[in-house]
Amino acid sequence: MRRSALTALLATIAFTLVFGLVYPLAMTGVSQLVFPGKANGSKLTVDGRLIGSSLIGQDFKGDPRYFQSRPSQSEYAADTTYFSNLGPNSIEEREEVRGYLAAYLELEKPYDRSLSREDVPVDAIAQSGSGVDPEISEANARIQAHRIAAVRELPLARVEDLIAAHTEGRFLGLFGEPGVNVLQLNIALDEEAPSE
Amino acid sequence: MAQGWLQVAVFVAVLIAATRPLGVYMARVFGGRRVFLSPVVGPLERLTYRVLRVDPSEEQDWKAYARSLILFSVFSWVALYLILRTQGIQPFNPEGFHSGPWDVSFNTASSFVSNTNWQFYGGETTLTYFAQMVGLTVENFVTPAVGICVLLAFIRGIVGRGGVGLGNFWQDLTRSLYYVLLPLSVVVGLILVSQGVVQTLSGASVAHTVAGAEQALAFGPAASQIAIKQLGTNGGGFFNVNSAMPYENPNALTGFVELLSIVLIPAALTYTYGRMVGRQREGWAIFAAMLAIYIAFIATIVPAEQHGTPAQHAAGSPTAAIDGSTGGNLEGKEQRNGIAESALWATTTTVTSNGSVNSAHESFTGLGGAVQMSGLATSEVVFGGVGTGLYSMLLFVLLAVFIGGLMVGRTPEYLGKKIQAREIKLISLGVLFTPLAVLATSSLATATRAGLRSIYEAGPQGFSETLYAYLSQANNNGSAFAGYTGFVQPDAPGNHGAYGISFADLLGGATMTLGRFIPIVLVLAVAGSLAGKKIAPAGPGTMRTDTPTFVFLLIGVVILVGALTFFPALLLGPIVQSLTTRLF
Repeated sequence: MRRSALTALLATIAFTLVFGLVYPLAMTGVSQLVFPGKANGSKLTVDGRLIGSSLIGQDFKGDPRYFQSRPSQSEYAADTTYFSNLGPNSIEEREEVRGYLAAYLELEKPYDRSLSREDVPVDAIAQSGSGVDPEISEANARIQAHRIAAVRELPLARVEDLIAAHTEGRFLGLFGEPGVNVLQLNIALDEEAPSE
Repeated sequence: MAQGWLQVAVFVAVLIAATRPLGVYMARVFGGRRVFLSPVVGPLERLTYRVLRVDPSEEQDWKAYARSLILFSVFSWVALYLILRTQGIQPFNPEGFHSGPWDVSFNTASSFVSNTNWQFYGGETTLTYFAQMVGLTVENFVTPAVGICVLLAFIRGIVGRGGVGLGNFWQDLTRSLYYVLLPLSVVVGLILVSQGVVQTLSGASVAHTVAGAEQALAFGPAASQIAIKQLGTNGGGFFNVNSAMPYENPNALTGFVELLSIVLIPAALTYTYGRMVGRQREGWAIFAAMLAIYIAFIATIVPAEQHGTPAQHAAGSPTAAIDGSTGGNLEGKEQRNGIAESALWATTTTVTSNGSVNSAHESFTGLGGAVQMSGLATSEVVFGGVGTGLYSMLLFVLLAVFIGGLMVGRTPEYLGKKIQAREIKLISLGVLFTPLAVLATSSLATATRAGLRSIYEAGPQGFSETLYAYLSQANNNGSAFAGYTGFVQPDAPGNHGAYGISFADLLGGATMTLGRFIPIVLVLAVAGSLAGKKIAPAGPGTMRTDTPTFVFLLIGVVILVGALTFFPALLLGPIVQSLTTRLF
């Protein structure tokens, strides 16, 4: 028993060193050397100023000049993530979705008269998992393109080209879902057609 | 929808294809044969034996094996608890976090030492990088290795020829760590970093957003931990929302790699098993039974999520797929994961005891939640935990052999070993302990005032939260209907003023520990009992265990035990919710 206990103690110490320090620090070293940009959070800077991460969504607060991200339970907090945890039979969930649906139609309908409730894609009116989902669906982006084209005085076709350029497809054309990166798309818009 | 099914089909095909090569590799490793990593890992392995002062060739009987395992786990628990309680003086603490409350730390230590990785804390808001690495990452490695050890001991009990030796725990542990878990984690970890999973020791950066707000971006040494979190059926996220967080799972490629990592080793171990008992068909028979249940679950959950929820429909949200949008229940799901992959992940993580999530399980449809809970309720035998899944399934195999033997009037034998009263008693205890623990704890938590404090949602959903919590913890899964809480964190930086809900923390911690170690001791006792038996040659009266008939019987036994135990409880929660359109 004494001997087993000593072995167990030594094993706890030895494996803690190997897997708690050597392994993560070695992985950090290699990552910092080989993939410095990715390992440090895929940061985006404009004129030397950190404006966000290409992987982390931002809130565009209904500003009509910008594509809008998905609804977020955490107001796009990237250092305190949590789920909405709204259940399938939740009254609160119904009220949230109703509110998002009405707000979406109110923002987009003036620019796309034919838009109706049936056309609104689910990602636009359902909170994401992380609260910082960087992407929206292609259908959602195409609806918003009408507004962007009008506000920024760009041809609709040009806006749609920009959407396509910032759409990430499926892995091997098969896994996951395509999505449009909202932050990168908006940065590209600001470069293409600056608006005050 | 067709796209979704194709995705599922290809994923399953890749899993089947990967089972043999990894299974062969592990059989060679655990048989002590040379593998391509031997020149690199061999010296490290021998050095470890010298440091631990063990003779790896020394055979242990079941009691000595169990003693080593328990002592090692006790030391691991104490070390982790101390780390969680001394955060204030640790290095690698850029955010200046204070220690967690004692009860939450009790829960977390029990959670990680039992391979559960249930989380009552938020990773990026409460834990130092030191605690994440030296505390949690270490347990992420050693607990699946312990699972493999128990499996190896059990296999040696089955194939043993009258001795008492079940192998050497320290050798099995070291080999599982160095030859299997570490190399796979390095590969998976580097793939993840290459796609954008963070791996740094720097603290948070504040970005000035396009809309003129400030957004703090939290980082950390995440990829190294996430790799083993997936591969070791651990599941504890670096960030609070686990693999829904883009820094933890940024795109469709990482989604695929992380998903495959969940189930890769448990699946391959069935092949290793076939090799080690010298009958490959036995391994495939068990694999087939697991796969059949897995596919049945997937086939249920994907359409359920595609259909959407009563709350969505009541709000007038269209849930049909349209051009450029998946439709369905996207509440709590990420755009890049979509419906099919999120549903596939939810099934995979609940049947395997992994417990990592890429979407909010609480926001799934009623039927989706029922599938998740059924996955938990099968006692993690559908691939299951690393090592744990197969040894738990082998208990069901022996039970099926016994029942089958009774039905046709033959002495129950498995691979030449007679299954007798002593084994059947131990097996019954092993099979029934976890389900009974779930029912006892979840009733206690719903019937007491102290238990109600943890519940978030109203109506049947509140009951589902509780049932899910104890199903998950007793089965060492770790996923959650995350509204259920045992930790209250005020809106203050550095973890100040946070406190636990002691009832949920302690009940959960005890459930996880007992749910892990009681079955382990029973399994080792069965192994010790089997090891001493002679192998009888198969005769015309022997019931074969590698035929479709037996696979069917095995599935029946698994479903019967799970269904009889949990059907009434599931009725009160997820089944009610999937049958009604009423809102609560």
